[in-house]
Amino acid sequence: MANLLEELAALRNTRVWRSVFRGGSGESNLRRSLAVQQNVFLHLASVKIRRRALDFSVTWYLGTLSLGCFLILTVTGILLMLYYHPSAPQAYADMKDLQFVVSAGVFLRNLHRWSAHAMVLLVFAHMFKVFYRGAYRPPREFNWVIGVVLLMVTLFLSYTGYLLPWDQLAFWAITVGSNILAAVPVLGAKIRFLILGGHTVNANALLRFYVLHCVILPLIAVLFLGIHFWRIRKDGGLHTGEKTDE
Amino acid sequence: MPDEVKKPEGDKGPCVECSRRKFAKIGMGSVAAIGAGASVFGYQFLSPNVLYEPSPIVDAGKPDRYPPDSVTADTQNGIYIVHGAQGIYALSAVCTHLGCLTAWKPELGIIACPCHGSKFHVDGIKFAGPAPRPLPWLKTWVDDDGNVLIDRSEPLTREQFVRI
Repeated sequence: MANLLEELAALRNTRVWRSVFRGGSGESNLRRSLAVQQNVFLHLASVKIRRRALDFSVTWYLGTLSLGCFLILTVTGILLMLYYHPSAPQAYADMKDLQFVVSAGVFLRNLHRWSAHAMVLLVFAHMFKVFYRGAYRPPREFNWVIGVVLLMVTLFLSYTGYLLPWDQLAFWAITVGSNILAAVPVLGAKIRFLILGGHTVNANALLRFYVLHCVILPLIAVLFLGIHFWRIRKDGGLHTGEKTDE
Repeated sequence: MPDEVKKPEGDKGPCVECSRRKFAKIGMGSVAAIGAGASVFGYQFLSPNVLYEPSPIVDAGKPDRYPPDSVTADTQNGIYIVHGAQGIYALSAVCTHLGCLTAWKPELGIIACPCHGSKFHVDGIKFAGPAPRPLPWLKTWVDDDGNVLIDRSEPLTREQFVRI
């Protein structure tokens, strides 16, 4: 066993490994830092963090849990797309097929649905936690603003996804929601027309909501998530409430 | 250009007059112009020119389908055809609150919205709930073939009856 581990460790010194992982890890702190800095995925995170930042009580892991929901939603959402046609009235039949015909379809659909509910809940909880701990204060005030954008994106994702089952609940929820939108002064009716692609919730609206839900909003979310995580590092790591943090 | 700009000594660059300020001006101007063009283009593109929506004019058939003192709900078209003491008139069944389809409750003799609880009399006047306006009266007339026609796109400003 020890031999095997040694052999695996020796892999790090091969040319192939070096070509993939650039700096690579090693014994010194510099090598360890480079392993994080020079990795496209890890470089968003800090090289070092305070031990206290890992305590459950500091964050309740709410941001990480929100990200977890987002990842689950991405995977299940892409899988659901394989059986879903965003056209009226086919969408409703596809949704029913996912529930009763497709193997594991009901599992994926429910996972997507419950993760969506959980994500909205967790994002709100995350914001309350940040607010009541004062973690929005300088130098982190701009990351709070990005967080507000992410909250809006989360809510829009939730709202656009609501129409896709194309059942009575979806239809009337979007009818009511788009009429609330029409209450915007002066431009309201026009905005509603552009969002729905018509005067009523119809096939155009279903397609527009589908594209928003599956392409536009997720891209915006990923962009802002990237900035959000990068800013945590740039703003001095998680707010732990310790004196040294100021 | 009234004044010739003197080339600074030793500068052999191809574009002496192009200061950074000028470059920024042209650049910002171009970005603004492209932005404005893209907004117009985007707005035009997102507004459908052809809609496959049903005609606002509904053919409700012969008037004798609506006996005196009756309220007929046409849920497909979102209208009520009421034959009252003064004649036939049509009401929109779309709630003026947030656009839900209201329902005729024959046992109570009222129109009620399932979404947020607005209640209306058969003349469209609201007596309970959040709806800000009465249910609109719709332009109703009888065509040459003797069919009742209702225009859902034209709410009336005052009561109007069709007498047969």
